[in-house]
Amino acid sequence: MTLIKGKVWKFGDNINTDVMAPGFVFNAPWEEVRRVVLHIHPKFTREAKPGDVIVAGKNWGCGSSREQAPANLKKLGMGCVVAESFGRIYFRNSVAIALPSIVCPGVSEAFNEGDELELELESAQVRNVTRGTEIKGEALSKDMLGIIAKGGIIPALREKLKIKKLGSFAKPRNQ
Amino acid sequence: MGMTMAEKVLSRASGRREVQPGEYVTAKVDQVMSQEAFAEVYRILKEEGVERVWNPSKIAIMLDHYVPAPSVAQAEVHKLIREGVKKYRIEGWHDMQAGICHQIMGEKGHIIPGELVLGTDSHSTTYGAFGAAGAGIGVSEMAYVLAMGELWMRVPFTIKFVIKGNLPERVMSKDIILFIAGKYTTEVAQYKAIEFKGPTLERMSIASRMTMANMGVELGAKFAFFEADQKTLDYLLPYVREDAKKRVGFFKADPDARYEQVYEIDVSRLEPQVAIPHDVGNVRPISEVEDIKVNQAFLGSCTNGRFEDLEIAAAILKGKRVHAETRLIVFPASWEIYLKALREGILETLIEAGAVICNPGCGPCLGGHMGLLAAGEICIASSNRNFKGRMGSTEAEVYLGSPATVAASAIAGRIVDPRQSKQ
Ligand code: SF4
Repeated sequence: MTLIKGKVWKFGDNINTDVMAPGFVFNAPWEEVRRVVLHIHPKFTREAKPGDVIVAGKNWGCGSSREQAPANLKKLGMGCVVAESFGRIYFRNSVAIALPSIVCPGVSEAFNEGDELELELESAQVRNVTRGTEIKGEALSKDMLGIIAKGGIIPALREKLKIKKLGSFAKPRNQ
Repeated sequence: MGMTMAEKVLSRASGRREVQPGEYVTAKVDQVMSQEAFAEVYRILKEEGVERVWNPSKIAIMLDHYVPAPSVAQAEVHKLIREGVKKYRIEGWHDMQAGICHQIMGEKGHIIPGELVLGTDSHSTTYGAFGAAGAGIGVSEMAYVLAMGELWMRVPFTIKFVIKGNLPERVMSKDIILFIAGKYTTEVAQYKAIEFKGPTLERMSIASRMTMANMGVELGAKFAFFEADQKTLDYLLPYVREDAKKRVGFFKADPDARYEQVYEIDVSRLEPQVAIPHDVGNVRPISEVEDIKVNQAFLGSCTNGRFEDLEIAAAILKGKRVHAETRLIVFPASWEIYLKALREGILETLIEAGAVICNPGCGPCLGGHMGLLAAGEICIASSNRNFKGRMGSTEAEVYLGSPATVAASAIAGRIVDPRQSKQ
């Protein structure tokens, strides 16, 4: 059982990937990028801390296929995102880089910014520790949980390549 | 039990007789597309020691987002991509001499109706215009696909839009898809496949179908299908490689397929539509947004940079001048379109009217280069996204409209109904 706990940052509906990973900082160093991740919430850009979590409305991560969107949130140290719904490519990307994303209708109502959230990943049980309430999200599939447990789809690939002993297909990874 | 187009593709790709919406499958991928994102894919594969990719003949790569390289950093990205293409002997390599990826996939014969095509770009739904299951994925997943040739997929529920009625003159397929985004929201197809159907679409050109399939992703869709009909075959066959021609055929859903929802739309009295800042779902009929002053008019992108788009713009701009305080920039979607427009005098008409013609590519669409916006500036664009900061400054505003609306607005210097400028 995996427990993820953290202080909530709240966002509304239709927050797109462009504001999580703006095109104008694609080639910029991380120090510059981190200041504009989710720039639509100035307090978040200044005060978000590793271990915090995000509660969002509908269609979180709509827009482009840029993997930097969930990757930037992970780099900032966000523990998970619980949203009413997700953009599908964002959702896939977050599984691929092992940032838990949980669909949870009603979650916007269930949290205020600053509340303490606790997520039981496998069952998708979401608790508001501050209010003492609970709400249930949609559990991820076994495959998705497996990828997240391995640390993402690349570690999963590494394992497959090793198991399959693909000969010249893959040479051992340089350490 | 009858199957939708998505169910047909995914059952075949996963080696099953039948699949149900909501089920998870491991699907064999038929074709892959990557653009500048391939640099990151290649970096991952290199780091994991992958020496060979699963099938070099099923991979297409081209440069389009930043061409020619606007900075040294981008030049390095392109260099790395060329190295990766050589190393893995990628057969579908087009460098920067082709055009925007989604246009090129059809024009270079990489799309076959009924096949599963994954691309490192969200607008890969465009391939649905040919009856293919096109969907976007990220770079890590693409690295996995290039090594393994397969990926987990969830079988989507399917919704259907049935479009009826004759489109009024100068009202385009872009107006239909914007209308859908406005009326049914940008979430209507979340995690779902769309099938576009109906007499209006049967009569519609492949280019116009591509515009709608392209923006399927703006409705949240995983796939955005049109039936592969005679028009599709006529379009694709000249481009498809000899040995692949036998795979090109009609493709559609079973008559008794199950749909989660069916929407009917009559477009015979549709007004031109405009998406206002900063969301694709903020759509208004043009009569409600007229008179907004525009600093820039952008005609291009994988949504509306095709020949018919340049043609209608030229018809509107012929003998007129772009407004003195507005700049019109034009990006043909591919070299083939560029050449055709050149030979048929379309580019000449546009240049005489005061347009700046740029090379095929994405240009400013995603805020890369060639026509970015300053703070406080407003652009009317034929592209697909008007997110805050998408085309340059976060203080700029982007309005989305059809190529006809862009052309008419360029002349007026403000957003106007293209039907009014008709004489
Ligand atoms: S034209 Fe715009 S939307 Fe299309 S692929 Fe290029 S950047 Fe993406």
